Amino acid sequence: MGGPTVTFEQAVAKYDPVLGLEVHVELNTETKMFCGCPTTFGGAPNSQVCPVCLGLPGSLPVVNADAVASAMRIGLALNCRIAPWSRFARKNYFYPDMPKNYQISQYDEPIAVDGYLDVDVEGETYRIGIERAHMEEDTGKSLHMGGSTGRIHGADYSLVDYNRAGIPLIEIVTKPITGTGDKAPEVARAYVTALRDLLRALQVSDVRMEQGSLRCDANVSLRPSPEAVFGTRTETKNVNSLRSVERAVRYEIERQADVLSAGGVIVQETRHWHEDTGRTTAGRTKEEAEDYRYFPEPDLAPVAASEEWVEQLRATLPEPPAQRRARLQQDWGFTDLEMRDVVNAEAVDLIEQTVAAGASAAGAKKWWLGELARRSNDSGVALADLGIDPDGVARIETLIAQGSLNDKMARQVIDGILAGEGTADEVVASRGLVLVSDDGALTAAVDEAIAANPDVADKVRGGKVAAVGALVGAVMKATRGQADAGRVRELLLEKLGVEG
Amino acid sequence: MTFTSTTAVDLAAGIAAGDFSAREVTTAFLDRIAETDGELNAFLAVDTPGALATADAVDAARAAGEPLGPLAGVPVAVKDVITTEGLATTCGSRILEGWVPPYDATVTANLRRAGAVIIGKTNMDEFAMGSSTENSAFGPARNPWDTNLIPGGSSGGSAVAVAARQSPLSIGTDTGGSIRQPAAMTGVVGVKPTYGGVSRYGLVALASSLDQAGPFATTVADAAALHAVMAGHDPKDSTSIDAPVPPVVAAAANGDVTGMRIGVVKQLTGEGFQREVREHFQKSLDLLAAAGAEIVEVSCPHFEYALAAYYLILPSECSSNLAKFDAIRYGLRVGDDGERSVEQVMAMTREAGFGPEVKRRIMLGTYALSSGYYDAYYGQAQKVRTLIARDFAQAFEVADVLATPTAPTTAFPIGEKVDDPLSMYLQDIATIPANLAGVPGMSLPVGLDDKGLPVGLQFMAPAMADDRLYTTGAALEAAVGWEARP
Repeated sequence: MGGPTVTFEQAVAKYDPVLGLEVHVELNTETKMFCGCPTTFGGAPNSQVCPVCLGLPGSLPVVNADAVASAMRIGLALNCRIAPWSRFARKNYFYPDMPKNYQISQYDEPIAVDGYLDVDVEGETYRIGIERAHMEEDTGKSLHMGGSTGRIHGADYSLVDYNRAGIPLIEIVTKPITGTGDKAPEVARAYVTALRDLLRALQVSDVRMEQGSLRCDANVSLRPSPEAVFGTRTETKNVNSLRSVERAVRYEIERQADVLSAGGVIVQETRHWHEDTGRTTAGRTKEEAEDYRYFPEPDLAPVAASEEWVEQLRATLPEPPAQRRARLQQDWGFTDLEMRDVVNAEAVDLIEQTVAAGASAAGAKKWWLGELARRSNDSGVALADLGIDPDGVARIETLIAQGSLNDKMARQVIDGILAGEGTADEVVASRGLVLVSDDGALTAAVDEAIAANPDVADKVRGGKVAAVGALVGAVMKATRGQADAGRVRELLLEKLGVEG
Repeated sequence: MTFTSTTAVDLAAGIAAGDFSAREVTTAFLDRIAETDGELNAFLAVDTPGALATADAVDAARAAGEPLGPLAGVPVAVKDVITTEGLATTCGSRILEGWVPPYDATVTANLRRAGAVIIGKTNMDEFAMGSSTENSAFGPARNPWDTNLIPGGSSGGSAVAVAARQSPLSIGTDTGGSIRQPAAMTGVVGVKPTYGGVSRYGLVALASSLDQAGPFATTVADAAALHAVMAGHDPKDSTSIDAPVPPVVAAAANGDVTGMRIGVVKQLTGEGFQREVREHFQKSLDLLAAAGAEIVEVSCPHFEYALAAYYLILPSECSSNLAKFDAIRYGLRVGDDGERSVEQVMAMTREAGFGPEVKRRIMLGTYALSSGYYDAYYGQAQKVRTLIARDFAQAFEVADVLATPTAPTTAFPIGEKVDDPLSMYLQDIATIPANLAGVPGMSLPVGLDDKGLPVGLQFMAPAMADDRLYTTGAALEAAVGWEARP
């Protein structure tokens, strides 16, 4: 089946897109939403479970107050009203990875309602309305074994890991996003990015899209004009990166425009985004959709947050990310372009911490966006997870500034730290990485280099100062890179009787 | 002495005093079960090794001079809907046959802490749905007064265990009358505590907002002793009330009703109740008046809608609560041939594992919660529930305790109502309002009908005033002078 024949430009010229974004965030609370099991990622299957999160007969949920506090802080940071009285509800449907065959969620009485988040796209600010933020529990994970696809069809059997079951989730739902026109895909991406940054600043979630701690469903519909009623929408699931958010919205706009232009109708359905093909495929239609039979969860008391609690939490809100970025950019003296690179590399926090640990802003940026970013790209490991922390980077910068290391040796120190050899100082000691700038130790090497390269030495003596580079290289080679290149150059020129 | 005709309070005192051992007592009841249960079918499991081990531990503790719990060495039979670590819990259903819980219910843990001997798990209507114990997947329990008759339900096994002196005490659960009605049918005392008074953690849910575990005993004082041990705040149950347990033991010892106002619920007398039930009810009121109580009439106009509301709320909650029985994690699995889909295996398992009454209620509840019907059914039923709570509040302004007959009839023959759900549901007409409002209720025996079958009377009290049930219960028990035994 071919893709849409309508281009994106044609699509948005002819139709007005309306978006709706639903973002699920896994909270980073110590324990699960309704029991005391740990929430750490990556445990052995079914090692973080108990009668409650396994839904064993007779077990009962108890609300995690930390999760409620996180939900309220998210609501407040999104300028929402915190409901003085909210309730959990059961969402009933059968699925093997759902231990009780109902999910404890919130339905018509969510914890936070009616807020907004401002996002910038190419210098323009879009105010994204927030319909609601509500609390719920995550499901387990099905693993389909055997077969070639790893999908349920063709699998020999399936296993279920309930470690994730019961992890607290917050679902944040936007109001219909209108007026974005041809910027719709960028606005969608900017919203999810801004939301992610906000959640990170709140320290309520790891916000790792690749690990599923931040997940996005994108609702898209088209209408003939901004005055027309909303068109039929589709809900695209499995959108697991910021780039995918943009691509999936763009694709869905093209696809729907294609259908509508050909006189067809959009079916209300869920669709699945495929990262590899860059397309969505049809899932469940509205007719096939489950009737979730929501009703108030009788095992839990309503959550009644006192005004005092709300105000207490409001006082803990961090500086909004956009404001913080502007402040840091000024402090650091970065250009807009430099700051954008830092933000895109997700290095704002790292650089801030590195500067706090004593490095210069430029030095911190050089390492995080240079050598470390390269290693991050090569290994596919996020910068923050590489295995070197801001203190380590700051220490390396300090050693360079002191003249104890050069850049080449600093890279070896990084190798050592990443290899688990200890702190920067420990690696320096164990690998014997001492920058030789002691004239006594260097003089012999300098004399040797001059003796071994008489032609070059003559050139330099003759006024071709630039030729000294070859001699510096020889000295560096002889000292296995541990010489202070600047001092070597000075010594060489001195010996050769030339003014640097 | 004959242990099996001694009260639990006296057994506990005798064991504590060293007059006899916990092992002797436990052995006597195990023997009694062995003699009688072939016919009565009150037990789904008898834990002989576990019971004897606990008894021996009590005896050893006593010999070592260690402090003993209030029920140390006293056997207690537990309805098979309450989890017991290491001991199968079936809920009277094929779908859970063989499931051994890895954890104790809070009630179970409380029993163990009190030194009680968990002697076995009792028969019940499947998932506590029924009023006769005929819906058990493992055959009906039989009434010791006449084994052709039902013992009531759903906690029929627990009622029979106490009535037939297979155990001095037992625990049941009551969602719409499942403790009080079988207590009435078998001539024992049964109490449904205030909702939230006893933890539901480990009680396999039928209807979460209605379920409550409570004691069966042969005397009001014994029931109080067990109630006091079971009850108390539990952080694992969010609906558990964080308040001290009402002083039920003291109330049972007191039994002074002088000046107490006993309200007779106008809507729950007269028509629909068997003649002898009405007669014994009236006689009991006369006895209470003679003991110094004031009898007043109260009107609870919305009680007439209680049954209808109950049969929307209960199935709705139950349809969701029972969804977890799906063959994936535990219990029965049918049709898993490697070819069928998980949905097919779930459906085949539920088809094979659930009995007809369970399926009926799951379907009713699924329908009542469906999109477009919710407001008309579940929503409306919740409004009725509020009105019933209001009726109670008004009644308790003029009365300290309410009194009604427990059930419309005495025990009926096995098989009589099994194909007539509505007439079976009517058994709970007088007991359901207390569950809907969360208030406590007690049934105690007050006489025999013309066929020599026990008649029960129900007291109801305001929430967390469970002690009042024991005060009036003790007074009426003394006045009636109940001596009859099956």
